[in-house]
Amino acid sequence: MKVTVEMVVNGEEVAELIEPRMTLADFLRDRLRLTGTHVGCEMGVCGACLVMLDGKPVHGCLVLAVQAAGATVQTIEGLSESGAIADLQAAFHDRNALQCGYCTPGMMMTAHRLLQEQPRPDRTEIRTALSGNYCRCTGYEAIVDAIAATADARAASRAAGGAE
Amino acid sequence: MTAHPAISTTAPDAGAAQDRPAHIGHPHRRQNALRHLAGRGNFVSDMQLPRMVHAAFLRSPMARARIATLDVEAARSAPGVVAVFTAADLNPLCANWTSNLDHFSGMVSTPQNILAEDETLWAGHPVAMVLARSRAEAEDALEYIELELDELPPVCGVEAALDPGTAPAAPGLSSNLCYRNELRTEGVEAAFASAALVVQADYAFGRHTAVTLEPRAIVADFDPASGQLTVHHGTQTPFQFQDIYARHFGLPDHKVRVVSPDVGGSFGMKLHLYNEEMAAVAATLRLHRPVRFVADRLESFQTDIHAREHHVKARMALDADGMILAMDVDDHAPIGAFSAYPRTSVVEGNQAFRLMGAPYRMREYRGRLNVLFQNKVQTSQYRAVGHPIACAVTETLLDQAAARLEIDPWDIRARNVIPDDAYPCASATGYRFEKLSHQRSLEKLRELMGYDALRTEQAALRGRGVYRGIGLATFVEITNPGAAFYGVGGARISAQDGAVVRLTPGGEVHCAISVTEQGQGTETMIAQVVADQLGVSPDQVKVTTGDTDATPSGGATWACRGAGIGGETALLAGRDLARQILTIAGAVLQADPATLALRRGEVVDAATGAARLPLAEIGRIATYRPDTLPAGVDNSLTVARHFAPSGYPFGFTNGIQAAWVEVDPETGLVRLLKHWVVEDCGRIINPLLVDEQIRGGVVQGLGPALFEECLYDDDGQLLNGSLADYLVPMACEMPDIVIGHVETPTEDTILGAKGVGEAGTAAAGAAVMNAVNDALSPLGARLTQTPMTPARILAALGIGQD
Amino acid sequence: MKPPAFGYRLAESIPQALETYAELDGEAVWLAGGHSIVPALALRLQAPGVLIDISRLPELAGIALTGDGLRIGATTTHAEILSHPLVRAHAPMLAEAAQFVAHPAIRNRATFGGNLALADPASEFPAVARCLGAVFDIVGLEGAREVAAEDFFLDLFTTAIAPGEILRSILIPPQPAGALMRFDELARRHGDFAMVGAAVRLNPDGGLIADARIYFHSVGPMPMRARAAEAALAGRPLSPATIQAARQALPQDLDPADDASLPGATRLHLAGVLLGRILTHLVPRITENAA
Repeated sequence: MKVTVEMVVNGEEVAELIEPRMTLADFLRDRLRLTGTHVGCEMGVCGACLVMLDGKPVHGCLVLAVQAAGATVQTIEGLSESGAIADLQAAFHDRNALQCGYCTPGMMMTAHRLLQEQPRPDRTEIRTALSGNYCRCTGYEAIVDAIAATADARAASRAAGGAE
Repeated sequence: MTAHPAISTTAPDAGAAQDRPAHIGHPHRRQNALRHLAGRGNFVSDMQLPRMVHAAFLRSPMARARIATLDVEAARSAPGVVAVFTAADLNPLCANWTSNLDHFSGMVSTPQNILAEDETLWAGHPVAMVLARSRAEAEDALEYIELELDELPPVCGVEAALDPGTAPAAPGLSSNLCYRNELRTEGVEAAFASAALVVQADYAFGRHTAVTLEPRAIVADFDPASGQLTVHHGTQTPFQFQDIYARHFGLPDHKVRVVSPDVGGSFGMKLHLYNEEMAAVAATLRLHRPVRFVADRLESFQTDIHAREHHVKARMALDADGMILAMDVDDHAPIGAFSAYPRTSVVEGNQAFRLMGAPYRMREYRGRLNVLFQNKVQTSQYRAVGHPIACAVTETLLDQAAARLEIDPWDIRARNVIPDDAYPCASATGYRFEKLSHQRSLEKLRELMGYDALRTEQAALRGRGVYRGIGLATFVEITNPGAAFYGVGGARISAQDGAVVRLTPGGEVHCAISVTEQGQGTETMIAQVVADQLGVSPDQVKVTTGDTDATPSGGATWACRGAGIGGETALLAGRDLARQILTIAGAVLQADPATLALRRGEVVDAATGAARLPLAEIGRIATYRPDTLPAGVDNSLTVARHFAPSGYPFGFTNGIQAAWVEVDPETGLVRLLKHWVVEDCGRIINPLLVDEQIRGGVVQGLGPALFEECLYDDDGQLLNGSLADYLVPMACEMPDIVIGHVETPTEDTILGAKGVGEAGTAAAGAAVMNAVNDALSPLGARLTQTPMTPARILAALGIGQD
Repeated sequence: MKPPAFGYRLAESIPQALETYAELDGEAVWLAGGHSIVPALALRLQAPGVLIDISRLPELAGIALTGDGLRIGATTTHAEILSHPLVRAHAPMLAEAAQFVAHPAIRNRATFGGNLALADPASEFPAVARCLGAVFDIVGLEGAREVAAEDFFLDLFTTAIAPGEILRSILIPPQPAGALMRFDELARRHGDFAMVGAAVRLNPDGGLIADARIYFHSVGPMPMRARAAEAALAGRPLSPATIQAARQALPQDLDPADDASLPGATRLHLAGVLLGRILTHLVPRITENAA
């Protein structure tokens, strides 16, 4: 059985004929060739497959593509092109908060959402927010540093903006 | 930083350094990280090639069985299926592999091939291969395969393996002993007899596994028209696999290309040969179209090499002042049903029992190693091979002795470490050390961690029923191995590297080199080294790695060799190119090349620094106007150079780690409060990369200390083979890690760099074990088993045992 | 880990969903958040013929304060349980428990009703539901019925929902005035299934505990009530001595089995430790009330 699914991905309307069993992660990767979303466990434990669904991070491996019908999806590619995470990306780069890069898109999703909901998280709150994102290379500390640095820089720039 | 006066990392003809930035030692950011931040990584698991088919495997559910029936006919006509293969189809295409290295004399292992033929040897052993137009359809088709197995009793556990009455784990074996060795110094019995104190313990180190976030991935693509096999392989060692695919499938090696693009974590796991990857190559040779296999997470647990299971009985003899006289270690290391190929399953045990006591002035030693077959997943090298075991045994026995003799753990180490001025020297197990810095590292650690203040805090909190502990762990690490490691044993694993460096027509630099990148920063580090030789910025140096067609053959990544060996290769090649550039410049400028230097992307006057000619001009002339060069001047702007380490067989490094923990004696939960590392890896090329390697390595050592274990039942069934049940370290439970350095360059190379990739993992677990035991010491509990789970900690406290 | 093939229907209304399910005669399963069914399909533990997607039915959504209490639609996500002002005001123990459930991205999709309907012994919400006296609103072809939490959880992964019925909403009745409530758990890593968890509600009266409700999860096939521990507290002040008595009574209430990671005796010990810590945490609030 195949169904047509329509959604908006990174601002672009897409329509594809798929099997209902296809996950959103596989749909994005294999059908739309947006391979920045990665697959690490296919059961919602590692966080490599996080994408924004209607503005919130979800596991692409646990959402059937058909369930995203009519939704707005943003992958790491779209988030990157939008510029919304430019400062986070720069902070990760400066701090060397990535090594193999496989967990990085998922980390970006979590970090982006965290700073939207909680502009000044402390280190414990950052680690708690990252509790569903597995990284084997960095040991997490550099990632926490990069997110904290971004939060501080945003606060400083808000303060500077407010002072005018 | 320790600057060795005779060693300069800048090219000798580069002149005075006053206005020349030295990139070596600078924390350059990784240019190749930017694409990952944008979601533009290029992993083998991302690849789609035209007409590509997807592989799935039917696997034995039993640990040991004989195949009674295997009928794949129905699967052949399942939707989307292109082919279904069994051993009869694929194995004849491939020469058997038998794991053996001559320098492990007496080692036995049985020949293996792609799919199980008559018997299956572990739960997960592949029996049939389905190729279909999608992975989902391939998995669907598996359900149509009829497999009947006659169950056989599996070999599980050390006792069973040692029992001569137990049937062998694989056909063709006469016992379940893979390898045995014994080391013994002359005076070891006398040392124990005369000791003022002997401490002992029995240890059980849990089996664990790499859990790379990107599972193993391969796309094998054979073109019958050209006879060319191209294998896109997420491995850290493309040249080894080029050789393996060529030899085992009967192809000349120049017709085999292995490309390793981005690799989502490796840590040694992706060094080894696996049935599924060989199956993918065999299948493409049959089908003449690309074949993709990416392990899913369940398959990863059932087939990726496992590591590090040891059952150790150990004793340490000391004199009344706490000086270590001797150690006596008996290590039983259960592996899988055959030794892994081509690097064997024996190196882990071999290194573990040779590294015992290595940081210390210990003269006498007896070690016995028994490597035992099991009907479980095969085991082999995984980050810090053997080091965590040697360190944990040595360091916990030493702390035990310190407690008995009422000597502070830091003090007992200060007394026992090889003094910094005692080099060169050798360990009781025959390892030769060029120059280490244990004493300086110990001093630096004490200051970095505020040791005395922590002891005061610990005492105060104990008074309030809060149990914190400090654990120290001194270690040495094997890096920069020479051919003594594998080559002498007959393995076609290279310990040398090669680089081709050239100046482009536009005056930029390209370096193609045989070391590889999996995120540790190899390409950045090489760019820095090359940049320093040519007077350019690292951003002007493009580095190509991971393609057997595009780079010379070499050792790639293993045993922390990228900086020490790869870096030296790049340095030598860079200097060769610098000389060549200055020769051409001298001809163009009609000046003596010895009066010229390379700085800031230009040829300059060495004495005054005045600019003479941009590098772009050299590129232009040599490439487009060689007719304007004087006769006899070679217009080459491309040089090739190989480097093989000589001198010491291994470049040993040293360090010391400390863990500060709090143990809740009511719940058995351990909080990792903080961790420190002082590391001496010789000359540091990029401190940002080095420190993050250390941090990642530490956390990878903390995992098995507290959380990670492959749990098997008595029938050889892996009980927790999923990420929900196998507990990897996550952000909330991991500490911040403070790092300090001492730099003792090696004199074996100009660069002076040693390795560091595995240092964090070598001692982190030992430090935590000591810390947990220190925390629990007022309560009289000791742990000598990993992982130190809440249940085991509570059991040590006498809770939960009725 | 690709799921086996299945058909898919998007439900348009509850009656239509119920009829479709009946027509499919045992071939269908419900799909809401998908965070239990999709992993089960990926592991090929289940192979249903059709998934009926009820995740967009408005009748299953929303949180409202009614005369009878707080009514929570079954498709409410864990993220909403964690942060919704009505939950924080009228069923704060649910929000407290939600912090322990997995991770933010899971909570954004996984549903409260789905979690309760799955009845995983390691889940937090069933224990909280029992502790708060929740009432389950179930609809089927024969109409709607209510099942008290005590009668809802029957066994491991087994509830009173009959095949073909849909859990529509969960009612949290008003809690006694002045009741003190706390949820806590012991887990090895943040967000993991707990080694043991407990939901406790105390009704203080003067400086004494009039009655207590203590429910554990991860100690048996369903949330287990610790009546002997409750009895040790009833009519007494909350003091170290009575807390100790409650802990000592626990072996009468709980007999956890051994499993691969934790012996039953260890789990029982941890249950006692957890209970002690929860009650100790509540001591200051009892004395505040009494003052």
